[in-house]
Amino acid sequence: MTAASETVSYDVLVIGAGGAGLRAAIAASAAGSKVGVICKSLLGKAHTVMAEGGVAAALANVDDRDSWRVHFADTMRGGQYMNDCRMAELHAKEAPDRVRELEAWGALFDRTPDGRILQRNFGGHAYPRLAHVGDRTGLEMIRTLQDHGVHAGIEFHMECTVITLLTDGGRMAGAFGYDRERGRFRVYTAKAVVLATGGVGRAYRITSNSWEYTGDGQALAYEAGAELVDMEFLQFHPTGMVWPPSVRGILVTEGVRGEGGILANKDGRRFMFDDIPPAYKNQTADNEEEGWRYCQGDKSARRPPELLTRDHVARCINREIKAGRGSPHGGVFLDIAWIKRKLPNAPEHIKRKLPTMYHQFKELAGVDITQRPMEVGPTTHYMMGGIRVDPDSQMSSVAGLFAAGECAAGLHGANRLGGNSLSDLLVFGKRAGEYAARFAREHGDARVDERQVEAAGRQALAPLERTDAVDGAGPYQVQHDLQGMMQDLVGIVRTGPEIARALEGLEALRARAERVGVTGNREYNPGWHTALDLPHMLIVSEAIARSALERTESRGAHFRDDFPAKDESLGKVRMVVKQGADGRMALTRIPVPPVPPELQHVIEEMK
Amino acid sequence: MATATFRIWRGDARGGGYRDYRTEVGEGMVVLDAVHQIQAEHAPDLAVRWNCKAGRCGSCSAEVNGMPKLMCMTRLEDLPLEQPVTLEPMRAFPRLKDLVTDVSWNYRVKTKITPFTPRPPDAPDGTWRMQQGDVDRVMEFRKCIECFLCQDVCHVLREHRLHESFIGPRFLVYAAALEMHPLDTADRTEELRAAHGIGYCNITKCCTTVCPEGITITDNAIIPLKERVADRAYDPLRKLLRLIGLSG
Repeated sequence: MTAASETVSYDVLVIGAGGAGLRAAIAASAAGSKVGVICKSLLGKAHTVMAEGGVAAALANVDDRDSWRVHFADTMRGGQYMNDCRMAELHAKEAPDRVRELEAWGALFDRTPDGRILQRNFGGHAYPRLAHVGDRTGLEMIRTLQDHGVHAGIEFHMECTVITLLTDGGRMAGAFGYDRERGRFRVYTAKAVVLATGGVGRAYRITSNSWEYTGDGQALAYEAGAELVDMEFLQFHPTGMVWPPSVRGILVTEGVRGEGGILANKDGRRFMFDDIPPAYKNQTADNEEEGWRYCQGDKSARRPPELLTRDHVARCINREIKAGRGSPHGGVFLDIAWIKRKLPNAPEHIKRKLPTMYHQFKELAGVDITQRPMEVGPTTHYMMGGIRVDPDSQMSSVAGLFAAGECAAGLHGANRLGGNSLSDLLVFGKRAGEYAARFAREHGDARVDERQVEAAGRQALAPLERTDAVDGAGPYQVQHDLQGMMQDLVGIVRTGPEIARALEGLEALRARAERVGVTGNREYNPGWHTALDLPHMLIVSEAIARSALERTESRGAHFRDDFPAKDESLGKVRMVVKQGADGRMALTRIPVPPVPPELQHVIEEMK
Repeated sequence: MATATFRIWRGDARGGGYRDYRTEVGEGMVVLDAVHQIQAEHAPDLAVRWNCKAGRCGSCSAEVNGMPKLMCMTRLEDLPLEQPVTLEPMRAFPRLKDLVTDVSWNYRVKTKITPFTPRPPDAPDGTWRMQQGDVDRVMEFRKCIECFLCQDVCHVLREHRLHESFIGPRFLVYAAALEMHPLDTADRTEELRAAHGIGYCNITKCCTTVCPEGITITDNAIIPLKERVADRAYDPLRKLLRLIGLSG
């Protein structure tokens, strides 16, 4: 029996309930649509909750030299000019209103002395720009959106997972999925669908992402015929926890460095001073004293090299570890305790500014960060690439299919600046919701093809029927092997031969994934769910590997050891993958969107 | 490497029982790691709810040796491993499967509380000015990660099962955050008294004890709310003023 036991109908269906999904749902509902939201977990648990440092918006509350123009230029420079400049422009212009709107919905940010929203320094941002609440900004944001959303007439489907999107000719017709509690299939019909499913971190062994981030949105869109772009640009956050083993990869906020934290190797050397990229030379302090003054708000000082972009800092840390200058557990030292030499009440200051980090290290690693340095190393964190969308409407190449937040591509180019993801999900979540509502208004009901539903149901049940699965064909084992392979062969430093080996490995893993069997029944069965996540993870892993193989240069988050320099000609193209007519993944190149003269002028002005 | 035994409740709404699993334990491991290891080695269908693994999402609530805990923040070295570690689902909520309970009641309760109602913007730029001190007063309540451990331990819900007449500590904290929000203008005292059952709380402070965020639930949220309710509902002068229509 594969037929759906329940069908629900919406104008707009939002898949994902992190910041982007909630903001899209609120916007679509405000525009008059009947909106349903599918959450893979419980409401309010999505990864937005983990965001720590803050939301980037040129409010200019702390430094009045800031403006959308500076934010735009910073975002483009950080993205190595691979960004979709129209998205970067919209983002920089609209982020301040989106942040103020949150305040009107009840969010509380830390304040300036004159009572406005306080902003802090972050890597790659010229001025203090991140509105924040200590180091739990993401919690404040998702709770605000959640509490606002539940009074906006939106229907939430908690602990439901989408298996496939349903299409009607060339357009969206809805989605097919199941609820975790009972394992019952559901059909969601919709005139428009917004994907807001977040990232792909679970394809790697060391990641800051939770079990949910298996590239669902990217894979669903790909299978529905949409394009994925920039998939080689995967951000490794420089500072994840490295010890104890069970917490390896958990994020340590960049806010630690924003508050004056320094990186040192085992010899105590501040190695970040050793390698400052030319594009940032003019903006970076050349001595420790100046760096500290910057963190204390001295406007004449330049930022310390610890606040260079994430791609660069992650590679410098990686280099120290590889060269044998790392910390005892295979990381480097991140020290905020040292500021006691500068501030009389340093421990209290650290606890007030970084309460979550204090708690996290105290509870999980037994380290008091007000007294001792932390050990940190790079962790798979954020996918810059994703579903290719129209910059204004966020619609993909499939009519009625929209995407926002991490699963969409374009804003961040080759490297995302910290703080720009929270503003991204607000700005483009709202846009996606509005344009999806408009699409729903302008188009009638789509027709659900029962054969699609039947086929998807049959395929989803197959792992439960393969009771004869042999050793090594369990879903956890396949997932584990995939994570290890991607970490080792398509990680922070890549080479052509290794990526090619990964592509072969993916073939083998796909064959194993098609044979996995699981025990137990359909009710809240994590083994079965992992089996259903595998096809998504394999699609995004292949997209990452194919794009990474094609980009024979090093740029932003993508570093090729066999091509360590930039190639100007490749700086003009983006890698796009799409399912070919033969069912195989096909890669093409498209030009980076041209920068119109007025925006080019802004970039030059800020250089 | 040392091994330890985990006595895990397996079953669903229809019933179930404890089953023992032995697994290796290593340095720095937390209870959730052991559960994942057991899932991978022995029981692939063992149901457990989790997300962030860093004490920030509040998903992996369960009872560890009878104590309501986040499994991701409970280190094995703090438990006596010479005897089995008992893991069972939260008791205040209906059991779904294994360690997973149906917490949907909490989400329904929240929608019944009068939402945030700000005063009109007072600054020329259409926003508000707020002082850090005023914001700090409610920050403690806004740290809540909605793990519902306070609901689980509260005897009004756990033993007396008064889910229909009492919203529980989590939502008293939520109401306190709204009532003390510098911009909020709504008055929730009457609904707290009549619909939300604040009177049921007899301040035993169990909720404060189990809160993984260290929120001083009873002293800082519930008692001030109780005082407001008492002031409003039972102060004879106010009652008189209200009767003659001089006060809301």
